[in-house]
Amino acid sequence: MSYRRRRLTNVAAQGAAIACTVAVLLPLVLIFGYLLTKGVTSLNLAFFTHLPAPVGEPGGGMANAIVGTLILIGLACLFGLPVGVFTGLYLAEFGKGRFGWAVRFCADVLNGVPSIVIGIYAYTLLVLPLKSFSAYAGGFALGVIMLPIVARTTEEMVRLVPNTLREASLALGVPSWRTSLRVVLRTARGGIITGIMLSIARVAGETAPLLFTAFGNQFWHHGLRGPISSLPVQIYTYAISPFDDWHRQAFAGALVLVALIFLTSLSVRLLTRGKVHAAR
Amino acid sequence: MANKLEVVGLNAWFGSSQALHDINLIIPDGAVTAIIGPSGCGKSTFIRCLNRMHEVVPGARVSGQVLLDGANIYGPGIDPVQVRAKVGMVFQRPNPFPTMSIFDNVAAGLRLNGLRRSRSSLTAVVERSLRQAALWNEVKDSLDNSGVSISGGQQQRLCIARALAVEPEVILMDEPCSALDPIATTKIEALIYELKQKYTIVIVTHSMQQAARVSDFTAFMYLGRLVEFGPTDKLFTTPEKKETEDYITGRFG
Repeated sequence: MSYRRRRLTNVAAQGAAIACTVAVLLPLVLIFGYLLTKGVTSLNLAFFTHLPAPVGEPGGGMANAIVGTLILIGLACLFGLPVGVFTGLYLAEFGKGRFGWAVRFCADVLNGVPSIVIGIYAYTLLVLPLKSFSAYAGGFALGVIMLPIVARTTEEMVRLVPNTLREASLALGVPSWRTSLRVVLRTARGGIITGIMLSIARVAGETAPLLFTAFGNQFWHHGLRGPISSLPVQIYTYAISPFDDWHRQAFAGALVLVALIFLTSLSVRLLTRGKVHAAR
Repeated sequence: MANKLEVVGLNAWFGSSQALHDINLIIPDGAVTAIIGPSGCGKSTFIRCLNRMHEVVPGARVSGQVLLDGANIYGPGIDPVQVRAKVGMVFQRPNPFPTMSIFDNVAAGLRLNGLRRSRSSLTAVVERSLRQAALWNEVKDSLDNSGVSISGGQQQRLCIARALAVEPEVILMDEPCSALDPIATTKIEALIYELKQKYTIVIVTHSMQQAARVSDFTAFMYLGRLVEFGPTDKLFTTPEKKETEDYITGRFG
């Protein structure tokens, strides 16, 4: 191949790579821009501090939904993260046999289950016996959705930890369970956090599983055993309503939700970066 | 010279393939013993049997005895974790913990073993270990930097310091210089010479020159068997076995 032809191929390949990157980023920019133009006008202090106003009454906010979403995500993490991370650790460190294969397969299937089905599952498991929609049920449903994502990314990241580090730790007389927790998980931390953030971003926008579990609430929640409002459900309710005022509120809510996910990802990343930077 | 380690009828397997056949060997206290032999002859497997690291590999098993100060480390009820704290190990490629600072790497053995110590005594241990590993002067102002921010030779000395910090009695080195340049190799060899004042050292090496330079005793292994063992100068000048002579004169391997 001549030099000229190689250069042309190089330019073409680079151009294609750049074009694809732009194609990936474009939807994000467009969505964010659209939300910004549509939603920012309805954003004011009241939006963050007030309860939704009754139909026909101007103003009002989504304070309860913002707090509700944070509580639901918190509950989901409480359940989903430890179980997910330890499942992933198990799969990577010990899950070589038939059982590991089965767990992995189930996790992948669970990942593909429509979220509304998981909502129904949580409904049957928690809402029916307790005879009440609840924040617990909503958080549990979201946690179940997080599980396979967290478990599989943890597994992949733990697998990437070089075996020489495990051996280094074992040779220091460190028991193997402590090696897994303190050396292996720690080394894989960056990737695991990325997986966790992805799973949080995924569940933060889930609406369907919350419809029969957390249900929604136009007022402040009374404890975690009762129905609780959340941004996605609130946005959904407002978006399908016939009122222009509510439509504007829905756009503002969507903007807040996206910004919320963005800020959590950013702050978690900054906080967990730590003082030691791992070399590649 | 007392016997630090006594290996009696040691066999080792990976799954169904036998890697070591009936090894009998005495490793003297406070000396450097080198293990030489062609690739795949079981040198690494052998020293990994001395601190029960062999069994970490899935499907690997061991039979026979290894006596550390007269007590069988494969005896019933013996915790491999305790054995490894007494018999430390340095690996072929430098493997400092990448997420930890230089200080934390050296302190890792103590911290991970749950030995809570005051910051000042920990600092003392870290400084002592780094001095013993002849690394202190090079890193004393950058203890908070990442363990992988230093050069390969320094990383290997950091790994030696990390092994020393848990105060082992024996240090196993599995080709510790094979990933290093000649200058770093010289430093590690000088360090081995220093360390034998306090520790018993077993070193696997591919370099016969290195074995001749650093060791007091040398064992020659071939095809999973111990062919010959003796004082280094004797083994290199007047070997008893034909295979040994062929190997050290470069006729095979």
